[in-house]
Amino acid sequence: MQNSKNNFSASMKKITKSKWLSSFSATLLAISLGLIFGLIVMVVASPTDSFSGFGMMLFGGFSRLGNVFYFATPILMTGLSVGFAFKMGLFNIGASGQYTMGLFFALYVGIMFNLPSGIHWIVCIIAGLIGGMIWGFIPGLLKSLMNVNEVITSIMTNYIGMYLVDMLIRNNGKMFVSSKARTAYIPATAQLPSLGVTDSNVNIAIILATLIAIILYIVLYKTTFGYELMATGHNKHASHYAGINYKRNTILTMVIAGGLSGLGGAFAILAPSNIPGSSMTYEPINIIAANGFNGIAVALLGNSHPIGIIFSSLFISHIQRGGTRASLFGYKPEIIDVVIAVIIYFSAFALVMSSAIGVVIKKRKERKAEAVNTVKEIEEA
Amino acid sequence: MDYVIEMLNITKAFPGIIANDDVTLRLRKGEIHALLGENGAGKSTLMSILFGLHQADKGEIKKNGKVVEINNPNDANNLGIGMVHQHFQLVEIFTVLENIILGVEPNKYGFLQKKEAREKLLKLSENYGLQIDLDALIEDIPVGMQQRVEILKMLYRDNEILIFDEPTAVLTPQEIEELMNIMRGFAKEGKSILFITHKLNEIMAVADRCTVLQKGKWKGTVDIKETTKEELSWMMVGRDVKFSVEKESPKIGNVVLSVENVTVKSKESAQDVVKDVSFNVRAGEIVCIAGVEGNGQTELINVITGLEKVSRGKISLNETDITRMSIRNRSKLGISHIPEDRHKHGLVLDYSLEKNLVLQRYWQEGFQKKGFIKKNVVRNYATELISKYDIRSGEGPKTIVRGMSGGNQQKAIIARKLDKECELLVAVQPTRGLDVGAIEFIHERIVNTRDKGKAVLLMSLELDEVMNLSDRILVIYEGEIVGELNPKTTSVEELGLYMAGSKKDKREGDEHAKLKK
Repeated sequence: MQNSKNNFSASMKKITKSKWLSSFSATLLAISLGLIFGLIVMVVASPTDSFSGFGMMLFGGFSRLGNVFYFATPILMTGLSVGFAFKMGLFNIGASGQYTMGLFFALYVGIMFNLPSGIHWIVCIIAGLIGGMIWGFIPGLLKSLMNVNEVITSIMTNYIGMYLVDMLIRNNGKMFVSSKARTAYIPATAQLPSLGVTDSNVNIAIILATLIAIILYIVLYKTTFGYELMATGHNKHASHYAGINYKRNTILTMVIAGGLSGLGGAFAILAPSNIPGSSMTYEPINIIAANGFNGIAVALLGNSHPIGIIFSSLFISHIQRGGTRASLFGYKPEIIDVVIAVIIYFSAFALVMSSAIGVVIKKRKERKAEAVNTVKEIEEA
Repeated sequence: MDYVIEMLNITKAFPGIIANDDVTLRLRKGEIHALLGENGAGKSTLMSILFGLHQADKGEIKKNGKVVEINNPNDANNLGIGMVHQHFQLVEIFTVLENIILGVEPNKYGFLQKKEAREKLLKLSENYGLQIDLDALIEDIPVGMQQRVEILKMLYRDNEILIFDEPTAVLTPQEIEELMNIMRGFAKEGKSILFITHKLNEIMAVADRCTVLQKGKWKGTVDIKETTKEELSWMMVGRDVKFSVEKESPKIGNVVLSVENVTVKSKESAQDVVKDVSFNVRAGEIVCIAGVEGNGQTELINVITGLEKVSRGKISLNETDITRMSIRNRSKLGISHIPEDRHKHGLVLDYSLEKNLVLQRYWQEGFQKKGFIKKNVVRNYATELISKYDIRSGEGPKTIVRGMSGGNQQKAIIARKLDKECELLVAVQPTRGLDVGAIEFIHERIVNTRDKGKAVLLMSLELDEVMNLSDRILVIYEGEIVGELNPKTTSVEELGLYMAGSKKDKREGDEHAKLKK
């Protein structure tokens, strides 16, 4: 009995001591601060309904859980893309362009090719992967060959990708339905298998995306490639000195990051959905995909950790779902966006807070140790 | 006797380590007081407490007999305590003047009054013989000058108690001599100096008294006049230390490294920093490249290890041309390199100690299998190296390297390098920032490597090390090798003349010999 109690307290100590906990609690703190500010914004916007509206924002997502997962899928993928590149010290702001490219490749294969069901959607996903990889390859190549800053090139590839895709779609008679100013719908063979949850659009993509996140975790923390990648992210000079091939790894990382975003685009467009216009068709109206930029927020909130990113994408998706339902209380979607932005803004402080919390815990521990020592001294005396 | 500063029974603990354990230090007015101890003995912690960067867990600090509370560097500054840190705290793109007044800018209604500051500084620099160009940018002036800026910063703030944290670690021998004179001048003026170091020669030369710490504990305070180097090192390390390296005469074998007519272009200007340099290193000998910093030795080393590219010439290792080979392949061929800048090149500071210890071999079979790193193998290997090389840290293999003391970081690099089988060891300032015990250990290891029949190329700015360790000295001046000396038949003074460029050998003889070969 005594023994098991000791074991328990030892394992609890291990947990409370871990870095994981302090970064997790920092994120929680960031989120709750963000929520408080969000509430203040809502009170200012419309005091009478603010608490019921806020409650809907917080909990409204739970009654639409399937759709929370559905909308989390693309931002989970773009979040992984940004986070993965960030581990190597690269800021992949081009997730949007890669996402759009992946989306286009998947859409193209979906509409233009006639393949048997059961194979078609898989080919579409692979096409999306390739599209994103190509779009990640360009900034990677420029960075490693000519040392062009990836932030600048990937902002440019965002625009180039978006305009290119819109142009290609408009000029394609089979894809573009000019009377509706959008593409045709993809055939059922190209749609992802639904998970069959009633009243929701959740499909197999969320399972695939979660698996990919786990694979990325293993790659980053267990393999030599991940070791090299993060060493480069921490100290470029030392990894160069250790003989790590910076140029090859830069290209590889950007290609993988691009592929992840591309998959996000493919998952988004191939999903069978009953929300009109949310998938299966694309409107070429010269707008950069928001899911790419949301990926930056997701990665930030998840501390660039693949497993953290799973949860942060779910959280943001949950708040967004709740937000759309908060419009029942007369809140405009813009207010919801402001609240979400506030949460993300505070998550930027997560790192600062994590170290602050670390200091508090350490001080408390030191004080405790000191007390124990004094007791011992007294006993000895 | 009156003391200006008394630090009484100071105790300070960090997680996993007690940095200061009941330490007492008393500083007299107008004295130079050395604080001596091994790496990680708690010298820097003690001084950080005095300067308000850390707070003591126990104990008290008195100034002129009154208990004072120092919670931050501003408190310290108000009490007249100033500090020159080991790593300078300067804004690179500001001028000297701007750096000095930073934080105490003289102003009138919010407008900066630089003229006032300039006058005061000119007076100060004249009084103490600290020549400096007040309008030069920090990034343009050499390290020795930057230190001068730090010193002027303290004087400008009218500090009476000056702390120097390992000030000589980054200086050339000439600059060290100057610094000593400056310190003597301060003491004469009635300022009190605390001088952290682990170089015994400097203590013997300049200090009045010395307090010794060993593993965080106070070992004693002694009068320099009544002590010897041997006694001090015994107090510090707890055993006898050999100051000269014992080594047998070299058994020289085949040429391992051969450098032929290598020229390296400067990154900043059109000039060549290394000019048509040829030499070789044979198995079983230690060849040292000596020279004043900035004469091309860094670039020369970098092209040998592959960090930079040559613009002309050929480098070969055991008759394999490696001129354009990648760093990884050079490493596989048997070049082992202890880098000059440990923070920039040597370590990934945010990685754990164990991950750093395998930085150059994680890809080897055994440490990884099919691309997956074998965690247990790495852990065991790291634990072994840690005990073998006495690397001290808070949490063993899992310690994040950033939190370790500089000396122990260097030990980690050395451990990683010397444990690897190699053909050629390139050691750049291998003992920089280490204490005598550790230096002795590393020197032994290097000699050991030589005696195993490996070639060693050493670069060092410490003349003692150059004279002690090498079998052959090549002096580099302005990118050219100006002399090849035998340490046994050469005096330090002569070496100094070569390094300063006032003496030169014609090395055409060597060239002819090479042509014939």
